[in-house]
Amino acid sequence: MIDWLFADENLPLVFAVLMALSVILYAVLDGYDLGVGLLLPMDNAEQRDSAIASIGPFWDANETWLVLAIGLLLVAFPAAHSEILHALYLPATFMLIGLILRGVAFDFRAKVSVTQKRQWDYLFKLGSLIATLTQGFVLGMFVMGFEYTVGGVFFSILSAFGVATAYALIGSTWLIMKSEGELHRRALRWAKYSGAIAFAGILAVCFINPLINSFVLERWTTIPMAYFIGAIPLLCFSMFAVGYQVLKRLPLEGHRGDWVPFLMTVVVFLCCFAGLALSFYPYVVPGQLTIYETASAPESLRIMLVGALLVLPMIAGYTVFAYTTFRGKTTALRYY
Amino acid sequence: MLDVLMLSRIQFAANISFHILFPTITIALGWLLVYFKLRYDKSGHPVWMRAYRFWVKVFALTFALGVVSGITMSFQFGTNWPGFMETIGNIAGPLLAYEILTAFFLEASLLGVMLFGFNRVPGWVHTLSTFLVALGTTMSAFWIIALNSWMHTPAGFEMREGVAHATDWLAIIFNPSFPYRFAHVLMSSALTVCFLVAGISAYRMYRGDSKQAPKVTLKTALFSAALLAPTQAFIGDLHGLNTLEYQPQKVAAMEGIWETEKGAPLLLFAIPDEDARENRYAIGIPKLASLILTHDLNGEIKGLNEFKGEHPPVKPLFFGFRVMVGTGLLMIMVAWWCSWRLYRRDSLTQLQLKVVMGMTFSGWIATLAGWYVTEIGRQPYLVSGVLKTQDAVTDIASGNVMLTLAIYLSIYVALLIAYIRTLFLMARRSVELEEIQPEERERQKGITRGSMRKEVSA
Repeated sequence: MIDWLFADENLPLVFAVLMALSVILYAVLDGYDLGVGLLLPMDNAEQRDSAIASIGPFWDANETWLVLAIGLLLVAFPAAHSEILHALYLPATFMLIGLILRGVAFDFRAKVSVTQKRQWDYLFKLGSLIATLTQGFVLGMFVMGFEYTVGGVFFSILSAFGVATAYALIGSTWLIMKSEGELHRRALRWAKYSGAIAFAGILAVCFINPLINSFVLERWTTIPMAYFIGAIPLLCFSMFAVGYQVLKRLPLEGHRGDWVPFLMTVVVFLCCFAGLALSFYPYVVPGQLTIYETASAPESLRIMLVGALLVLPMIAGYTVFAYTTFRGKTTALRYY
Repeated sequence: MLDVLMLSRIQFAANISFHILFPTITIALGWLLVYFKLRYDKSGHPVWMRAYRFWVKVFALTFALGVVSGITMSFQFGTNWPGFMETIGNIAGPLLAYEILTAFFLEASLLGVMLFGFNRVPGWVHTLSTFLVALGTTMSAFWIIALNSWMHTPAGFEMREGVAHATDWLAIIFNPSFPYRFAHVLMSSALTVCFLVAGISAYRMYRGDSKQAPKVTLKTALFSAALLAPTQAFIGDLHGLNTLEYQPQKVAAMEGIWETEKGAPLLLFAIPDEDARENRYAIGIPKLASLILTHDLNGEIKGLNEFKGEHPPVKPLFFGFRVMVGTGLLMIMVAWWCSWRLYRRDSLTQLQLKVVMGMTFSGWIATLAGWYVTEIGRQPYLVSGVLKTQDAVTDIASGNVMLTLAIYLSIYVALLIAYIRTLFLMARRSVELEEIQPEERERQKGITRGSMRKEVSA
């Protein structure tokens, strides 16, 4: 097993898997806190406080997965990193600005007067929106092979709103899990709306993607891959069907089952991601560059893999520790 | 219009200058919080917890600014300096990866517990979390300084087809300038925090805060500074000697020495003229530069004319070095002057409080000046002798870089103002607080009577 991992010819794949893992963890983890930012209720200060308190202990670590994903792209596939960021110079910059605004707004809001707090909250919401839309745009550009054609940009804009919906969905189900009272009722409503739109969006991508990328269509229709590709949408859409029923029945006595919608949304995210990953492997720039063409020297990848294998279990350990420390319904955050 | 090389350099310099302000604080502030928490654990005296609680908020704010500006950095390598990773990616990659894996996750994951977990986890777990966050920030510095030092004094690699390949990882990490630079950076962080903590505490006292916490933090900070500032001068001297050995052109520019000479003077002031290749209005102390750098009054120092076309611009190094050293000397004097008074009288005069307040951000000035000296001093190279800066730059349209630079600059200025204002706002707010907080009273009810008595007697 270890020999296989460290063999020269397998290293690019191993790092592609690690990178995919960080991307999906990022999408789920920062997805819910960006989603909470998008949904931040500007009409009710108390609900804003408790929405933000629900993500307070986690957002820093969530964003670190983006640093790891970009870091892995940079260090394991440097040629692809240059190519992609060259094509995405402006969207990437705007995403960073969004992340800067929301990251600092989060900390400033807790330390200023009440009137200024509301302004930082607006900035938090705005930053979350910018970061989300640009991430969706980048995803769309990836699917379109980073080509700035009219169709490509149009699809990417649609994708921007798709990702915003997806983050709103996972953000609202996070709030269902973490909140109580009026905020909880609103979160249930948000989850229903965003779930419906997300469903339509995913359905659309399932039809558009194979039409744009011929190699995707070929892969989707070739046995045995076709079975996998067929199973993923099935699982995904059944989550939506069951999820809707669950949302209708919540809240139950004593907030039992409040975690179910969030978990189901995570499954939806995993399905979408698996669908994309299976469609595009081994490309890192679809149709142009593969992971094998762009990988760093094996001796450099090997020393990073040693570190990753040693440290990832520890990261998993203290992430679990942090989430258990702040489990259950959110209470007000105090530096005490 | 400026070309894309100059714009990218300005943008990178702006990003990294803005970024370094915050890690410089969090590295040492993390350890100071560990100290406060340990004192609290040991004595149970609430003043340590109050100090912790105030400064952990500063830590949180500073950390957030460090994180978001740090994410920007990781993108800039690819967007503006593609040649950097293409040439030395095999070296820089693993070092950056180790930073993310061993440091980023540690600090970011446990920060939540450190900030908000005091009532949710046992006391020792909270102390351990604080310790691990501090360890994370320091490890982060370790990896980054290893990479930065390697760019100055590359070792343990070979070039194959224009790309660097690692041959000896220990030689890469512990490259010749690494130990000196790492020590110098850690110490600069410690001093920055000493004067920040002293400055904000002095501000609280100046505003009439008679509680114990600011007094305790002021003392801790000034006494530490009195010890650390001279230590930093010593480490800086060692670092300079190391630079003289590996990057003599940088030292020549710092000292403004054009011709190789024996018994070179230490210039206190001059205006270097790069066209005429001489100094104007020079005031110096004879032979002192030779004495400091070679420990011999008539020691020979190589001049800039030996490195024509291959040496960095002289003015920024010459002045930057003087700003750094000047600030450092000022730190030593203020720290000693105030520590002496604190030792004798246990309080500062109004004048001293004002001076300490004025020094609140002196660490930032010295740190930035020092970084400018060392980084501009590496030019025209990005990696000494391996890669020139102009060969690594992107071919993105300069208009795009101009646009993003303008946005970054305006955001950075706004955030810096907000940050400084918020620090002083937090200080003013805590002036109005009562000595004993309601939470503490709650807490006291659950604790033994022994610690109650301590509270009253203290």
